[in-house]
Amino acid sequence: MKTKQKFADSRNRFIFFMLLPALILPLIFTYYPMIKGSLMAFQSYNLMNVTNIKWIGLGNFQKLFANTPGNIFYTILKNTAIWVIVSLFFQFTIGFALALLLRKKFRGSSVYQGLIFFPWAVSGFLIGIMWRWMFNGTSGVINDILLWIGIIHSPIAWLASKDTALLSVIIANIWYGIPFFTIMITAALRGVPQELYEAAEVDGANAVGKFFNITIPSIKSVILLTILMRVIWIFNFPDLIYSMTQGGPGGSSHIITSFMMQKVQSLDYGLASALGLLVILFLTVFTIIYFSVTKFGRLEE
Amino acid sequence: MKSRKIKRRFLSAIKFIVLGIYLVIVIFPFFWMLMTSLKSSQGEIYAFPVRYFPKTPSLVNYKEMLWKGNFARYMLNSFIVSGVAAVCAVFIGILAGYVITRFKFKGRGTVLLFFLVTQMIPAFIMLAPLYQMLSKFGMINKLSTLMLLYTNMMIPFSVVTLRGFFASIPSEIEEAAQIDGCGRLRALFSVIVPIMLPGIAATFIFAFINSWNELFMAVMFIDVDAYKTIPVGLNALILKYDIKWGEMAAGTIMALIPTIFLFSFAQKYMVEGLSAGAVKG
Repeated sequence: MKTKQKFADSRNRFIFFMLLPALILPLIFTYYPMIKGSLMAFQSYNLMNVTNIKWIGLGNFQKLFANTPGNIFYTILKNTAIWVIVSLFFQFTIGFALALLLRKKFRGSSVYQGLIFFPWAVSGFLIGIMWRWMFNGTSGVINDILLWIGIIHSPIAWLASKDTALLSVIIANIWYGIPFFTIMITAALRGVPQELYEAAEVDGANAVGKFFNITIPSIKSVILLTILMRVIWIFNFPDLIYSMTQGGPGGSSHIITSFMMQKVQSLDYGLASALGLLVILFLTVFTIIYFSVTKFGRLEE
Repeated sequence: MKSRKIKRRFLSAIKFIVLGIYLVIVIFPFFWMLMTSLKSSQGEIYAFPVRYFPKTPSLVNYKEMLWKGNFARYMLNSFIVSGVAAVCAVFIGILAGYVITRFKFKGRGTVLLFFLVTQMIPAFIMLAPLYQMLSKFGMINKLSTLMLLYTNMMIPFSVVTLRGFFASIPSEIEEAAQIDGCGRLRALFSVIVPIMLPGIAATFIFAFINSWNELFMAVMFIDVDAYKTIPVGLNALILKYDIKWGEMAAGTIMALIPTIFLFSFAQKYMVEGLSAGAVKG
């Protein structure tokens, strides 16, 4: 009995010390600053004005939603919705279409997948630099190509104009996000048992029927999961905007998280933290609604 | 019968044309950056209509960036920081991932949740308190601080991924080693780790690439030139009113080189790893 107790002790100690480093670093460098950051949302906390740090309740939120002229927060909310919905729609549909073409393996298909997947390993910041140069208004290659095709008749200042800045960052974001869907959906498509299709053919199903009755239901859970992951991710992805436009001109290409980054850099931590809490709130509510609408949890079983 | 065959050929041709066009679209931005970086004169870089190929390829932009722009230093810093952080994260991940897969203990689910939650929170909310904390302890402007933060950043990913690899190895193997008289840790490092090497390498590469790419923490916590990493160096250039695109392009390509190199090794595992998740998911 005593040796058994001793054994359990040494086993627990072993588990504890093996887990310790993996727990202690995130506790100090992720959880602690996260909680402290959330509290800052309710403080007037500006490092440009250190003598005046105090609790202000919902003051930061009131400031964000204030109905004053020149408040760009409502534009930013609208931009965020457009950024997420339009990016996601095109990433998904184009990614899905490519996955259908890649379903049957061909010579070199794994190399092809590797090549199109490469942008995924590059930071959004670098991708943004590359697209900023391509969208350049006076020497940009995109203007050159569009003029050559005849879609436009004079060069456009894509990133410097309020009408086209958001469109430009969204185009770059679509380009960046397509491979993720392609890779995930290709794998899912290849996992659908061939017998299902053969059985449907015996029953005389055509291509469209097979697509809607077999393909879609078989990969539904992958589709739902990838879309959820991507919504959260696109929402939290200011990197491209940061290096392409810095949110400009005049906030016309800001989304919530890029605006938040700007507030951090201008040392207005209170406002930045309030924005961060809003992001967490939005995403939590979205995830809950998403789960209940799609009945995603039940699908898993 | 014959017309069906022709139709199938035709469809297959269209498929490969579409895939080909998409490949061009994926590669083009990288190609364009490379071409810009090899042009030597401002006239060539800013010519409109654009010139797709440099008249005589030149490395002058690279030289300028490496020595005058101090990018040789930044690259070295990035290598050291990312290398150390990736090794530490993988080592810590091995310890924790092993225990989580091989032992049933109270709170195991909570531990997994602990790692998953860190991935859902926008990182920016931590930056300000982190800055205060680091400056209180005199940790601003130190490469070791970045190593620590990147290790921390990659721990959850490392634990969760390595846990998957541990689960794929039958536990009989280390039980046999333990009967032979190995301690638990000896059995882990002399028997299991060698079998898992491909998975460990993929995890290491992923952690390295992510640390290599990290910008926002580095920008906030480093402002001494000698300790800047590549993204910080590029960030200083892109914030300028007048961007020199030849040098910018050279800097971007240099930042890409290790990624290309490592990705070509790990590509198979990364695609497979993601895909395995998709099929199970």
